[in-house]
Amino acid sequence: MSQDLVNIEINGVTLTARKGAMVIEAADAAGIRIPRFCYHKKLSIAANCRMCLVEVEKAPKALPACATPVSEGMKVFTRSPKALAAQKGTMEFLLINHPLDCPICDQGGECELQDVAMGYGNDVSRYVEAKRVVPDPDLGPFIATEMTRCIHCTRCVRFGEEIAGLREMGATGRGENVRIGTYVEKTVASELSGNVIDLCPVGALTARPSRYTARPWELIQHAGIAPHDCVGSNIYLHTRNGRVMRVVPRDNESVNETWISDRDRFSYAGLDADDRLLRPQVRDGEQWQDLDWDQALTRTAEALKRYAPDDIGVLVSPTATLEELYLAQKLARGLGVANIDHRLRQNDFEDDAAAPLFPWLGCAIEDLERQDAVLLVGSDIRREQPLLAHRLRKAVLRGGVVMAVNPRDFGFHFPLAEQVVTDPYGMLKTLGGMLRAALDVEVKPAPSALIGVLADCESQPLHAEMVERLRAREHALILLGPSAFAHPQFTILRALASALAQMTGAAFGYLPEAGNSAGAWLAGAVPHRVPAGRAVERRGLDARAMLAQPRKAYLLIGVEPVFDCADPAQAIRALAQAECVIALTPFAGETLREQAHVLLPVAAFAETSGTFVNLEGRWQGFKGAGRAPGEARPGWKVLRVLGNLLDLPGFEHVSSEQVRDELKGQLSDDIRFDNAVVPKRDLHMPPAPSGLTRVATVPMYAGDMLQRRVPAFEAAAGAVYAAAYVNASEAERQGLAGCEQVFVRQGEATAELPLVIDPSVPDACVWIPAGLEQTRTLGANGATVELQKTV
Amino acid sequence: MTGMNPQRKSDLLSDHVKHEIEDWLRRYPENQRQSALLGALRAVQHEHGYLSTELMDAVAEYIGVPEIAVYEVASFYSMFELEPVGRHTIAICTNISCMLRGSDRIVDHLERKLGIRLGESTPDGKFYLKREEECLAACCGAPMMQVDHVYHEHLTPEKVDEILDGLE
Ligand code: SF4
Ligand code: FES
Ligand code: FES
Repeated sequence: MSQDLVNIEINGVTLTARKGAMVIEAADAAGIRIPRFCYHKKLSIAANCRMCLVEVEKAPKALPACATPVSEGMKVFTRSPKALAAQKGTMEFLLINHPLDCPICDQGGECELQDVAMGYGNDVSRYVEAKRVVPDPDLGPFIATEMTRCIHCTRCVRFGEEIAGLREMGATGRGENVRIGTYVEKTVASELSGNVIDLCPVGALTARPSRYTARPWELIQHAGIAPHDCVGSNIYLHTRNGRVMRVVPRDNESVNETWISDRDRFSYAGLDADDRLLRPQVRDGEQWQDLDWDQALTRTAEALKRYAPDDIGVLVSPTATLEELYLAQKLARGLGVANIDHRLRQNDFEDDAAAPLFPWLGCAIEDLERQDAVLLVGSDIRREQPLLAHRLRKAVLRGGVVMAVNPRDFGFHFPLAEQVVTDPYGMLKTLGGMLRAALDVEVKPAPSALIGVLADCESQPLHAEMVERLRAREHALILLGPSAFAHPQFTILRALASALAQMTGAAFGYLPEAGNSAGAWLAGAVPHRVPAGRAVERRGLDARAMLAQPRKAYLLIGVEPVFDCADPAQAIRALAQAECVIALTPFAGETLREQAHVLLPVAAFAETSGTFVNLEGRWQGFKGAGRAPGEARPGWKVLRVLGNLLDLPGFEHVSSEQVRDELKGQLSDDIRFDNAVVPKRDLHMPPAPSGLTRVATVPMYAGDMLQRRVPAFEAAAGAVYAAAYVNASEAERQGLAGCEQVFVRQGEATAELPLVIDPSVPDACVWIPAGLEQTRTLGANGATVELQKTV
Repeated sequence: MTGMNPQRKSDLLSDHVKHEIEDWLRRYPENQRQSALLGALRAVQHEHGYLSTELMDAVAEYIGVPEIAVYEVASFYSMFELEPVGRHTIAICTNISCMLRGSDRIVDHLERKLGIRLGESTPDGKFYLKREEECLAACCGAPMMQVDHVYHEHLTPEKVDEILDGLE
């Protein structure tokens, strides 16, 4: 017997348990049920509810199983008269102040208090005195409160401190007057806040968007995969009559543990948006005319045949399923169209040929926790991939260091060891300086392609320090995030980061922004590679070039160009000139209606089967859970039928699984994940910017069509207000001190926005978030903008 | 939203208070800064009379703990006031020894004299009748009360009048 195990007996059953484990863990592992409220496997032990009292041989009193470590020869009784009496007593006390309002409580039917009271309590209450009443704080659009029901288990409090990294809730007052809340009215700011709804064992904290809409026993549970970031969190979708009523996490230790982000939890509410497209439509002058599918598809096929392949551009959303992406490129290439891309927000595509098979994290998600040093480049990880930020936070709590080179101080819920906040040009200089510092210590010559770049960079003491923190660590990692992908000189940035990784011995990885970016690469939804990463014979135009050199016809799949493309102004120009724009889309908002000629309704997230590949390369399949409304059909089916109508070979699939397997068959079994890039030509620094540089990040709730339609997101703490944000000294330099509204000019594009003084924005920059209604006329990230006082 | 140079919340604290907090901080290990909380809150209350949310936020920022952690401590201890109260705090002990020795009569007298109930302050902001929760540990002098940290024992209504009249 290993020294780390002890023998115990629970209810006469002999078990072995890990030394130091609590009795409740051993019992859980053996399937022996002990009632509990405050204990949770992912939280620290509070032992304050006393529901888990059990009898332990030789102990004079019952002991809390959640706070009693196992010891050799221990004999535990969970159902002895002494244990039962203790449990019954605790239950009676817990119910003293509980309102017992189960019939009007949203938790009814899935309430731990109800269940435990049934199993361990008395059937009749002896309590006749007055009960206390507790006012309900407003915690924002996600969490409904009914604090009279709270039993003070403090799971929600511990969650904030230990998991979310933001201690927002607490227990104020004392004794009879203890209250759980925020003390001051405030919307909780954590992007993982919804998890307290699952943690709360009673109906004190319930989901506001789904409150009073369904009883748990009416719901059907479907396993699914969350679409809004590249983590691919495992979820359950709960449906009633084919409609998604709510989303909750599904445990997967290697991916999302037992949590999900608020974005993944509440985005389903967008499925019912008013602009849901219910049937195929064609434009008839200013009017839209309904068509049946046969007519619509015939028209679409005819339209696609009418144009020379090079006159057609295909833009596919990186949140589309693997199957949709695969069939989209197959259709395009079948027609001879080489212009297909999913990298809608990228600005610089020069080193395409050097890109890896897909943007890979560089390690497993679980390994993030074990990093000794991480350098984030262009990453707002807390908002972009909340669950990866949680892993990094764990690494920091274990003594790891995280550093960042970012175009804005995004704010992190763990301390950063170093942070450089600078304009996009400064980001290049910083990485260049770091690379020079690394080359100096290693006494190595610069990689030849980067000699020109490094000539313009100098190594500062801070750079050397940062390099020192990365060097020779067992687990070090350099990660490029969405603000790196959207960088105007992504090629240089990536080459520098890759070389820096190589010099410091750090791993090199990516944090792509969308749910299926990895899948899009594998499926060949890029202009220079066919499925499985093989090079094409004839390279097509990339996402930006397709708009910069307008095509006559566009096929848009799940894309709203003004919100999803890197340069909305350019997208508006290109689409306005196009003769034919065909959109496969679940929603048809105003802007899409202005631009499109044919609208084909397709199923949204949760309504179609498919696969997402996450940033570790993990293929996660799902089935349709909800029913698509009206005549909307799964995207892969629409593409398949289009393939048939165009007489293209190889469109005989009868299930999305067949599509997936066709792609899988093309991937070799021993795929090597390697992110290193070696530039194919000599690189040079761009000219130093003059004037103000636009920093255009996409806020947390603006990333894709569905998120942009969730009413609750508008009032969320993480929602970003459309404005021009500059720091105080920059406002002074621009002569804008005290100004409330500014006129923004970016090339030919203009907008009028409020001016906000924000110390998180670096000098010489203005942060104007992208993907928002009020900023959708402007141009790309990293370009020059002018701000003027409005009169 | 606009406006230059956002102030730091801890700017609300006077140099004297900051000095006192520093003094408390020195007594504890650097990674246990929250230990200075009680001393800090006492210093702030001494200066401002009560702990407003802004003042508690200022302490949170100065010490480097979450704001809610300060609210928890301040709301737990009955010695901290979270609402504005009268200038002179009168706390009559009503625990067992004092009760047996007639504290009810003293409470009654004071309530009548000042025209307010326990837990209230006089409209002119002069007196605050604090609801005392604990035995004040002067049982041998019961009934007793504490006025602005000073103990007065063996109380009678006349003696109470005299004490109050002596306050400005
Ligand atoms: S609100 Fe719920 S989770 Fe929080 S302490 Fe009360 S019962 Fe526990
Ligand atoms: S679960 Fe053990 S005391 Fe709460
Ligand atoms: S009971 Fe009043 S001082 Fe102890």
